[in-house]
Amino acid sequence: MFIWLTIVTALRILRRNRLRAGLTLLGIVIGVAAVIAMVSIGEGAKQAVQKQIASIGTNVIMIWPSATRVGGVRGAQGSAVTLTVADAMELKKKVPLLTETGWSIKNVTQIVHGNRNCNSPVYGVSTSYLHIRDWRLSSGGPFTQTDMDSAALVAILGQTVVNEIFEPGEEPLGALIRINNVPLRVIGVLSPKGQSLYGSDQDDVVVIPFSTAERKVLGTMFLGSVGGVYVSTGRVEDLQEATEEIRQVMRARHRIKGEEPDDFTIRTQVEIGMVQEETSETLTVMLMVIACVSLLVGGIGIMNILLVSVTERTREIGIRMAVGAKRVHIMMQFLIEAMTLGVVGGLIGIACGILAARLTTIIAGWPTIISTDAVVVAFIFSVVVGLFFGLYPANKAARLNPIEALRYE
Amino acid sequence: MNSLIACKDLWKVYRVGDVEVQALRGLSLSIDQGEFVAIMGSSGSGKSTLMNILGCLDQPSRGHYWLNGIDTGSLRPDQLAEIRNQQIGFVFQNFNLIPRASALENTQLPLFYRGLSVREQRALAAAALERVGLHGREGHSPTQLSGGQQQRVAIARALVATPSLLLADEPTGNLDTQSSREIMDILSALNQDGMTVILVTHESDVAAFASREIMIKDGQIQSDRATKGHVHATEG
Repeated sequence: MFIWLTIVTALRILRRNRLRAGLTLLGIVIGVAAVIAMVSIGEGAKQAVQKQIASIGTNVIMIWPSATRVGGVRGAQGSAVTLTVADAMELKKKVPLLTETGWSIKNVTQIVHGNRNCNSPVYGVSTSYLHIRDWRLSSGGPFTQTDMDSAALVAILGQTVVNEIFEPGEEPLGALIRINNVPLRVIGVLSPKGQSLYGSDQDDVVVIPFSTAERKVLGTMFLGSVGGVYVSTGRVEDLQEATEEIRQVMRARHRIKGEEPDDFTIRTQVEIGMVQEETSETLTVMLMVIACVSLLVGGIGIMNILLVSVTERTREIGIRMAVGAKRVHIMMQFLIEAMTLGVVGGLIGIACGILAARLTTIIAGWPTIISTDAVVVAFIFSVVVGLFFGLYPANKAARLNPIEALRYE
Repeated sequence: MNSLIACKDLWKVYRVGDVEVQALRGLSLSIDQGEFVAIMGSSGSGKSTLMNILGCLDQPSRGHYWLNGIDTGSLRPDQLAEIRNQQIGFVFQNFNLIPRASALENTQLPLFYRGLSVREQRALAAAALERVGLHGREGHSPTQLSGGQQQRVAIARALVATPSLLLADEPTGNLDTQSSREIMDILSALNQDGMTVILVTHESDVAAFASREIMIKDGQIQSDRATKGHVHATEG
C-alpha cells in the first residue's frame, strides 16, 4: 500500500520536472540502449559466423600446399604442387581418427551454355568431397564411383552458375555445358550456401569428378597433385589431436626434418571461426565498457538530481516527519524515486536499444539478434544503478533533523 | 501520573559556536487532559523550544517529559515519529502544507503514514476538512486557498489522526483579524469537544481564548494562572 502510493507520488514528482528528469535519464537511457544494441549486433555476428562454419562442416580439417619459395620470392598460398592424392591416401591409412578423406583441384575457367557464359571456379573432387564439405544437392544426384573411375563427363552446378548460364525457368538437369571446350552433362544442382566467411559467393562453383578434371578438363602439372585435402573427424573434440597427427604424417612423408617449416598448411573451420568470434567479442567487450561507463554517469546523474531534490524539499521532509513519517518512510520515498528513474530510464533505453539494433540491420545490413538476456540484465542493471545511487541522497533525507527541516527556507 | 503532560526539570542547552545557549532552564509543568493552555513569552524566551519538546520533535538535554505516562526521553527517533503520528497534531504559524498536494492529500498525510487504506484515508480526511468548514475545497492546492483556509487545512491535518494533544505554534501569526478569529473559534470548538490544546502566542487577545495562561521568560515559567475563556467559558 505504502509502496504503491509512494511510487505514484514519485511518478507525479518526476512528471512535474519533466525536462530535469529527462536529462537525468539520458545517461541511463544511453547506457541501456548501448548494452542492448551491442549485444544484439554481437549475437547476430556470432550466429552468422556459426552458421557459416556449419555450412562448411565444423569437424573439417583442410590441408593446403604451402607457398613456393624461390630464393626470397614467396608465391601465393597453394602455388606449390607438393600435395598429392597419395598424401591423402596415406593420411586415411595412418590417422585412424579421420572418418572421411577427400581432395580437390581447382581452376577458374569459362563455362558456356548456349549463348551464355561465365567465369567460375571449377573443382575436380573426390567422391567423399561433397559430403565432407556438407554440400547438398537441391536436385539431381551425386557422382557415382563409376563416374569417378571412368572420368565421366558430368558436372554439378552451384546455384549462382545456374542463374548465370541458364535462362530463367530453364531446366539445367540433363543440359550440356562446355568447360574449356569439353562438353559435360549437368547431373545435379547444389543447394545454396550463401556467402563464405570471407564474403565470397560459395554458390559460384562447378563441381566435376576429380579424374575428369585431371585428365580431360583442367589438366594438371603432374598426375596426382591436388589443390587441397579435406578430411573430417567423427567428433569436433578430436580435431586438435587429428591435426597434430596429420602434421606428423605429412612431415614424415615429405621428409621435413627438425626445424624446417611445413610445406603445407593445416586449417580447421573452428579456428577460422574463432578469429572472427574473437574480433566480434573484442568489439562487444569494448562497447560493454562504454555502456557501463554510461550507466555509471547516469547513476551519478540520478544521485545529483536526488540531492537537489532533497535540498529543495527539505521543508516537505520536515512536514512529513512532523506528522509521523519514520526514517524508513522518508528513505523509501527517495529510493523509490531513484528506482523509478532507473526503471523509466531502463525502459526507454530498451526501446532505443532495440530500435538501434533494427536500424543497424536495415541500414548497414548487419544481422542482429535481440537477446532477451541482455534486455533483462540491462533492465535489472538500470534499476540497481538507480537504487545504488539513490541510497546516499535517501539516507541524507532520512537523517534530517525535523526541526531544522521545518525551519528550512 | 494522571496528567496528560508532565515535565520535570527540563533543560535544553544549545551550542552556537563557542557560546552556550540555555533555552530551557529547569522548567517543570503539568497539563491535564482537556485543558486549553496559552504559552506566552517574548521571542527568545524558550517557548518554541518547549513546544518542540512537547511535540516530540526535539528532546531535552536534561530532565523528563512524560506524555500519557510515557517517558519520551528513552524513545528512539522512530518511536517519537510514531507518537507524533498517533498522539500529536501540529498547527504551525506558516501552515507548513505540502505545496503541490491538494487540501485532501495534505490532510491525508498522517493517515498515510499510519498505513490506512486509501479509501479510509480519503473518508477521514474529507470529514476533517468538513469539520473546519472546507467542504468542497478538497481538490484545491494550498496556492489556491487563502491564508485562513490554508491554516484550516493544517488544523484538519492535525485533527484527522484524532490526537490527544493539539499543538499550535502562533497559528494566527500570519493571518488577518477576521481569519484569526475563525481559527481561534475552531480551536475553541475542538477544545470544547475534549481535545487538549496548547497554543503558543504573543498576542494577548489570542491567548484570551485559552483557560490557562503560562508566561515563560528566560527558559523558566514566570507565571501560570487560570483565565476565564474569552469566548467559550470553561469550568476553570
